[in-house]
Amino acid sequence: MNSLPNFEWVQVAYALLTLFIVINYGMVMTAVVRKIGARVGGRYGIPVWQNYIDLAKNIALRSKITHGVMFYLGPVFRLTGGVGLLLFVPTIYGSEWHQNFSYAGDLILALYFIFFGTLGMALGAGESGHPHSAIGVSRGLSQVTMAELPLALGVYALSLQYQTLDITEIVAAQQGSIFNWTVFTNPLATVAAMVAFVGTMMRSPFDVVIAPQEIPIGPPTEYHSSYLALMQTNRVLFPVAKTVIYMNLFFGGATSWAEFAIKVFCLYMVSVVIGVVHPRFRVEQSIRFFLKWGLPIGVLAILTV
Amino acid sequence: MRELLYRLKDRYHFGTPTFQRDDLCFVTVKRSELRAILTELRDVEGFTHLTLLTAVDWIEEQQFQLTYMINNREANLTLALRVMLDREDATGDTIHDLWPTAATYQRELREMFGINFPGSPRVDEEFILEGWTDLPPYRRDFDTLAYSQQTYHDRPGRETHDPKTHMQKVLYADYPKGAK
Amino acid sequence: MEDVDDKFLKKNKEVPLREELRPRKVTTPDGQEIEIEPLRDYFCEAQPKVHPKAYSKIVEDFYNWARSNSLWILGFGTGCGAIEMRPLMTPRFDAYRYGIQWRPTPRQANLLVISGYLSVKTLKRAIRAYEQMPQPKYVMGLGSCTINGGMYWDSYNTIKRLDDYLPVDLYIAGCMPRPEALLHGFMELKQIIRKGEAEGANKYAENFAQYKANQKAVIKDWDMPDYNW
Repeated sequence: MNSLPNFEWVQVAYALLTLFIVINYGMVMTAVVRKIGARVGGRYGIPVWQNYIDLAKNIALRSKITHGVMFYLGPVFRLTGGVGLLLFVPTIYGSEWHQNFSYAGDLILALYFIFFGTLGMALGAGESGHPHSAIGVSRGLSQVTMAELPLALGVYALSLQYQTLDITEIVAAQQGSIFNWTVFTNPLATVAAMVAFVGTMMRSPFDVVIAPQEIPIGPPTEYHSSYLALMQTNRVLFPVAKTVIYMNLFFGGATSWAEFAIKVFCLYMVSVVIGVVHPRFRVEQSIRFFLKWGLPIGVLAILTV
Repeated sequence: MRELLYRLKDRYHFGTPTFQRDDLCFVTVKRSELRAILTELRDVEGFTHLTLLTAVDWIEEQQFQLTYMINNREANLTLALRVMLDREDATGDTIHDLWPTAATYQRELREMFGINFPGSPRVDEEFILEGWTDLPPYRRDFDTLAYSQQTYHDRPGRETHDPKTHMQKVLYADYPKGAK
Repeated sequence: MEDVDDKFLKKNKEVPLREELRPRKVTTPDGQEIEIEPLRDYFCEAQPKVHPKAYSKIVEDFYNWARSNSLWILGFGTGCGAIEMRPLMTPRFDAYRYGIQWRPTPRQANLLVISGYLSVKTLKRAIRAYEQMPQPKYVMGLGSCTINGGMYWDSYNTIKRLDDYLPVDLYIAGCMPRPEALLHGFMELKQIIRKGEAEGANKYAENFAQYKANQKAVIKDWDMPDYNW
């Protein structure tokens, strides 16, 4: 048990508890965000439990059609990406319960998991045979790949700064005062990574991949009933899991669920607020944006560390 | 407009022009001269825009009337040229080389009236209807009511009222005094 | 309508299948000669199935409650009624608060709103969209055109009764019905679903032969498989 020191079986139960809390938090939070958007627009908005009803409805559908094994595995991979991302990152710093399976070097794994779901989705949507899926996937992959660049650079700058690849240690180094947060000690890396954050949250202006008004809804065109339910679960889980990483790396992590909820919500709202005031980019425009702004800032961040 | 027709009438055969407004005139021309007139109007007189090309079915006279409506944007003049075709033969002359948009009109006329325009691009392809096998539906010997009754099922219980008598009964029940 | 005109008789000619859809022999790029039959090769041939309700009544009631509170509409407008659906997204009517959403793909939609007159050409697309939706699915007919033809009662290419071709759960009368009427229709549909009476998809599967015969009687150039799953 050298590779996993301090492993105990009870951690599995703790991790599942984390997962459960985070999924429910994500369900309610995305609905609340939609409701806020509706209220800003003068509408009443959806009920906050609408996500649960949609999920139940999609599971309750009677007929489904599959296009092959990969079609089935696509949403599974995507959900795996979200769950894996969450499970290998310490959700609550200092809590024995919600430490999950984090270990030294988990930062690299987290980077991998961010990309994993999109890749799985590409395989699944490709097998559905629908041309819209294929177009959506190629758009999605090129955009996510580009958005990953600034993030990767920012993260390398960070690991140089703290001389570690362990998220727990990075969080530990930021404790004590608000001015120990990376956002103040290394603002360039934070800005570079935030560019990637906004770019991968699938919100306007970077949501050309799944926007219903574009090539109809993109990769999930053929997905329905339980498959869609899996993807919906991931859609509420994945942004939260990703936000947790950012919170840990740049904003001092969280020491309690209340701090977690507030920080994740604020970070999520960053992408929402940017989204509501900006029109949608085409794919080549967003790629150009990442290359022009995200990449130089990331390089600068590494150079200045 | 009048002066324009005066200028042209020596060289071409015009029917009596009908002036709907000062800037809108209908005139019948001979089929053999249509192309020459259209070309001259377009290139010399500034009628650069083909507003529409449509047909009228004069079934009593056994004729189709084609109406070429062209417009001079600068002088704000609209001139409509009528050409009469034999209904049995129903073949017109394509003008898609003068105005490319005419090809679309001609496709429509081919489908809806059965007037053929040999040489017009894609004129034999389906335009709006899919799998239409009956008479072209805009011909007057095509009875749309009978066709729809023979094709689509009615829902029983539909009532038809004459609008005038019905509304009079509903709104002014005692209108001529003593009625009711 | 009694005044059927006997003098005019419509022709009943068959329309040949489009050339690219006929079974034929083709040569592959590497020189092999193979026989293809596009309608069979590209599409699934399965017939629609009757799907039973959930075994337990409590579960089925819960499912019906979820279905009724999460109506996803296929954004497919056929006639003038497509205009009446748009205001439902605006602050004034805001259909989202009832769990109603518009989806761009039939695979994710539960409710097909036939919003107005259906020409034969559009009917073909509507049938295709309907058959691709997952069960249970609902159809709502909007306006008098779907009920009895409305102002298109003597048109040569507009169908008169929607329920000849698709199983309709609910009609909304009017020409056109206002968005308020549409909202009221959604509420009625929710009641029907909650009672478990909205089994249109099963009805369609049971009377499949009859529906197909009706559809093929008006759609002359049938260039798709019988069931577009």
